[in-house]
Amino acid sequence: MAIANGAIRLEHVTKRYAKVVALNDLSLSVEHGVFGFLGPNGAGKTTAVKILLGLTRPTTGSGSLAGAAFGSKPSLGRIGYLPELFRYQSWLTAREVLALHCELAGIDRARWGSEIDRILATVGLADRGTSRVGTFSKGMQQRLGLGVALLDDPAVVLLDEPTSALDPVGRHDVREIIRALREKGTIVFLNSHLLSEVEQVCDAVAIVDRGKVVAQGDLTQLLRTSSVRVRATGLSREARAAMARFGELDDDADGVVLVKGIERERIPELVSAIVASGARVYAVESQHESLEERFLSLLGQ
Amino acid sequence: MRSVLVVARQVVNEAARRRLLLALLLLTLVVIALTVWGVSRVDDLRNGGQPLSDAQKKTIVSQLLILVMFMFSWVLSLAAVFVASPAISGELESGIALAILARPLSRAEYVVGKWLGLVALVVAYGLAAGIVEIVAVQVVSGYQPPHPVEFLGFVLGEGVVILTFALMLSTRVAGMVGGVIAAILFGIAWMGGIVGGVGAAFHNATITNVGTLTKLILPTDGLWRGAVWSLEPSIVIAAQQQVGPAVAANPFFAAEPPPAAYVIWAIAWIAAMLALAIWSFRSREV
Repeated sequence: MAIANGAIRLEHVTKRYAKVVALNDLSLSVEHGVFGFLGPNGAGKTTAVKILLGLTRPTTGSGSLAGAAFGSKPSLGRIGYLPELFRYQSWLTAREVLALHCELAGIDRARWGSEIDRILATVGLADRGTSRVGTFSKGMQQRLGLGVALLDDPAVVLLDEPTSALDPVGRHDVREIIRALREKGTIVFLNSHLLSEVEQVCDAVAIVDRGKVVAQGDLTQLLRTSSVRVRATGLSREARAAMARFGELDDDADGVVLVKGIERERIPELVSAIVASGARVYAVESQHESLEERFLSLLGQ
Repeated sequence: MRSVLVVARQVVNEAARRRLLLALLLLTLVVIALTVWGVSRVDDLRNGGQPLSDAQKKTIVSQLLILVMFMFSWVLSLAAVFVASPAISGELESGIALAILARPLSRAEYVVGKWLGLVALVVAYGLAAGIVEIVAVQVVSGYQPPHPVEFLGFVLGEGVVILTFALMLSTRVAGMVGGVIAAILFGIAWMGGIVGGVGAAFHNATITNVGTLTKLILPTDGLWRGAVWSLEPSIVIAAQQQVGPAVAANPFFAAEPPPAAYVIWAIAWIAAMLALAIWSFRSREV
């Protein structure tokens, strides 16, 4: 992917903590849409977001967020952020938390009331605006955190595990909010380890493991491989070797062989190779690979 | 500047909402009631069946007031440590600071805002409690300390010194750790003052220098001596000086106010500590 002056730009960013490498030469650029930053726990996702916000400094490398240097006031003035592990002031009401962030964000005081009403309605807390945050469940705090991130329609929204504390209804609501943001042209950077969530809302993804990007691109491009179930008899050692050239083999029950990670356009070629080896083919069934399978195969490499 | 005031207001708001101010108010009322009762009993004291002379009464009341104000200064300083030492570290641990620091707000504005809010709390509480205490004693006994304004200045200065130190620690270490460090150093500085006094009494330059050094490193005890001096009527100073140079070791007595240079030093110390806190928090990764 070419590095352009995207809204989110990381160039060869490396972050070391003593002996641990949290990020290893990470480069990415996001210019529009919803970008999913995927990885197992401890892969470096939160570190990347904190570097973008200037909360943590990269050991080497550079980049920008919303067209300005990491952590600079112009950059922070154009973004919204939902941290992964956070709490809001338990002694304030939800409206007061939002008002505090309106003030810190420099929103004109005359607009606070309507903006806070809009946000509370968006995140489903319209009837709890005057309740103290200390009385909120984790899920409600998460909704409030999302609301804080959406204040004043920022150009870029960074969401670090936004659905981690939510029930299925809450997750559905968050997906709808993210889709609405995309419609509005907001750029969303979504950190997640929940693959189904990313699969449903993201336009592009990067998969990160132990600080390194192992795959990056459009979701359709990333998922162009499939698994093929082949039911055949008389598979010689040579036939299996030929099949292994198309993907990873996995023996299933009843003599079915699974060829994993094969590109869809090479399936006819695979069938020809099996037939040419003298085996008798009874069924060939192609399965679309889910993000989870792709993710696990990438992490396994 | 607007962001600084927003952060400062949050500090005061938190203290009010968490009922810290209410707790301080109620406890201070108890202390004042006890003082008033104690001072009012001085009239009933007899020396060999005879009522006390006015000079004796004045001495007793002034010493009582010094003891009460000593406790008050400790409470003020330790309360300042308790609120300041988790002021930044607590928000980092809970994650409250993450959302705040991702707003267009510099680290310096955040630290100065916290400091201003804490200073406002200490000054408001210290002024209110100190004035009520002095006025209550005056109403009951007719005794007024010679330098009440200077007294309030020295005690509040002591509170701001230890508060700024605890806030600086809060940029780096957990609230509990910072609180313990600040409280222990506060106690060491107080003992250093006594040690320095012992050195002065026995003309031992090394011990005197240790005392002077602790007064410079953490100017809480030096300012406390100024507060004591502000509360002493001249008859007490005259009587104590007859005891000889050993009186310098008495932490409840000061023959003279700290020199102006020392007050300037204390103000510069606060400014430097605040600058150190800003630098420390700027270089901190959260």
